[in-house]
Amino acid sequence: MVFCGLYKASFKGKGATVPAESENTADGAVETQEQQQGGGGSVATDGDRLVELYKKMVLIRTFEEATQRGFRQGKIGGYLHVYIGQEAVATGFLDAYKEGDRVITAYRDHPHVLLLGSDPKAVMAELYGKGTGIVKGKGGSMHLFDVEKGFMGGYGIVGGHIPLGVGFAYAQRYEETDHITQLYLGDGSISNGAFHEAVNLSGLWGKDGMNPCLFIVENNQYGMGTSVERTTAMTDLAAKFDAYGVENEKVDGMDIEAVLEVAHRAADRVRETGKPYAVEALTYRTAPHGAADFFEKYRTKDEIKQWRERDPIGQLEQKLIEREVVDEDGIEEIKNEMKETIQEVVRFADESDEPPLEELYTDVYTGGGVYTGEEG
Amino acid sequence: MPEMTYREALRAGMAEEMERDEKVLLMGEDIGVYGGTHLITDGFLDRFGKKRVIDTPIAEGGFTGAAIGMAMLGLKPVVEMMTWNFSFLAADQIIQNAAKVRYFSGGQVEVPLVIRGPNGGGVQLSAQHTHSLENMYGHFPGLKVVSPVTPNDAKGMMLTAIRDPNPVIFLEAGALYGTKGEVPDGDNAVEFGKARVAREGTDVTLISYGRQVNLCVRVAEKLEEEDGVSAEVIDLRSLRPFDSETIVESVKKTHRAVAVQEQWRWFGVASEVASIIQEQAFDYLDAPVIRVSGAEVPAPYARNLELAAFPSEEAVAQAARQVLYQEVSA
Repeated sequence: MVFCGLYKASFKGKGATVPAESENTADGAVETQEQQQGGGGSVATDGDRLVELYKKMVLIRTFEEATQRGFRQGKIGGYLHVYIGQEAVATGFLDAYKEGDRVITAYRDHPHVLLLGSDPKAVMAELYGKGTGIVKGKGGSMHLFDVEKGFMGGYGIVGGHIPLGVGFAYAQRYEETDHITQLYLGDGSISNGAFHEAVNLSGLWGKDGMNPCLFIVENNQYGMGTSVERTTAMTDLAAKFDAYGVENEKVDGMDIEAVLEVAHRAADRVRETGKPYAVEALTYRTAPHGAADFFEKYRTKDEIKQWRERDPIGQLEQKLIEREVVDEDGIEEIKNEMKETIQEVVRFADESDEPPLEELYTDVYTGGGVYTGEEG
Repeated sequence: MPEMTYREALRAGMAEEMERDEKVLLMGEDIGVYGGTHLITDGFLDRFGKKRVIDTPIAEGGFTGAAIGMAMLGLKPVVEMMTWNFSFLAADQIIQNAAKVRYFSGGQVEVPLVIRGPNGGGVQLSAQHTHSLENMYGHFPGLKVVSPVTPNDAKGMMLTAIRDPNPVIFLEAGALYGTKGEVPDGDNAVEFGKARVAREGTDVTLISYGRQVNLCVRVAEKLEEEDGVSAEVIDLRSLRPFDSETIVESVKKTHRAVAVQEQWRWFGVASEVASIIQEQAFDYLDAPVIRVSGAEVPAPYARNLELAAFPSEEAVAQAARQVLYQEVSA
């Protein structure tokens, strides 16, 4: 595996490793420029492009904050897992998405579907349990889908979605396309058998160019409340892929430019070779695990604070201001614009009707006649 | 009409669909180079190539999940479970993903998947390799569950299973792979959700599925010979969807029923049969419905113990005589 040397320092929190301030921006940018020659300019340094990505990240965060409020108000039921702190990861990788690609993730799935261009109103309405929801009120927060946009779902069983993504990648090559699958998984799934079985298959099928699967490990340091160090003696999660012949590297998941560089390079490589590749993005969930994670006994306030200093949105804001792409007023303007958008999104969700009861028995089977549940 | 074995019938069903539809592919342990543990897929690798006949590592959850993913993108995988006993390792994938993803995606995806393999016991494989899982998989909405017993149905239901856009649990009568039966040439697709009257009769209905159907037919012949009783035998064939109508119609005629299953009695298919009959034909019944089931023990190895653990001709005949209020030996 490739280790970028980004993560020099670690500190003793309750188990999490905090990456040191990234020092590779300049090197990374140069590398990127070289690689992107002929491919349409730098992915990292284009100011307008960074502003667009900034807007997306702010949209996600504003959306997530609204879901937290909705949960507290009792408007959202079930579980609610938000992506606050991790925005640079999905935003960077999905920048490399091309039409026809497929994306799959676990249950922290709101940003992925939003980044693929799904209507935030339909996503919020789903969380509110409404008939206008993106899956008609049948899945909720953990099961967002937008197949037309390439989003093949959020899944609720840790590790359980990984084999599906490997199957997508096989199908993509079976049909002789150049599409790839972006398969997101959390650090918590790495100790699950499904991960090992699926990555083994991916490596094996990749030998024949039959598995264009880009594994993106969103290592937010904790599987619910258990730190990586409390789940495995070998905490280098990227290196786990070595066992199955899947090449891999790590990236600072708090730095959108670093993520972008890896994302495009890795996606291109997977697309060209039909072989899987894995990237461990080191990131941090500054929000609680789920909306019912009140006490956070598993980590210290100090640890959260240290990671907040490396907040991906804050970092990008600073860069945009330093590079004079946007001034502080401009930043404020973007934030207000997103707030207004999300207010409208929440209003839509709130005012939408619940799904009609006739929907209870639809979508259980396909084909054939009307299913009533009396057929066995 | 041409005769073929149950094994040849399965093979013919899969091969014909693979010829007809390039989206059909096979996956499983040792199905390619080895030819299949039960030689169901012997010759397929040479005929269809490794892209469509995939030898997998021993990782049921992984490859079943991958097959579900392939199906979600429009391929039609037919997965071999070397035996259904190994499917516990894939149960999360089958139940949590295959059965439900259409529903929780709000109908955005289909899972045209077949998982097939030998189910049930009878060949001294003992505790860990002997299960009848029709009630387990039949429990979950979103799955279809079938259990053919004749070579004709083995082929015809395989054609239907592969063409079905839903996940199908295809439970083969593993002990009967070598048995022969008539199978017509060409497309003999058998509709799911329709039971088969394996033998017509007027005095008592024996309801079963899988290899126990053959047992029931033998018992019916014995009852005719020894008691002059005319027993009707119903082969359910399809457990989800379930054909209540054929059972109820039969019981309205015979007024007596025995449900026979190899699996354990508690929470099993026979209980479902008994319940349906009392709900829909209560006034027609002249006796309580009796269930004949496997012994409530893990499957034993020794031949005599194994035979004692499964329904026997004697046990079924005795149950039939009991619902007919004939004298029953102690």
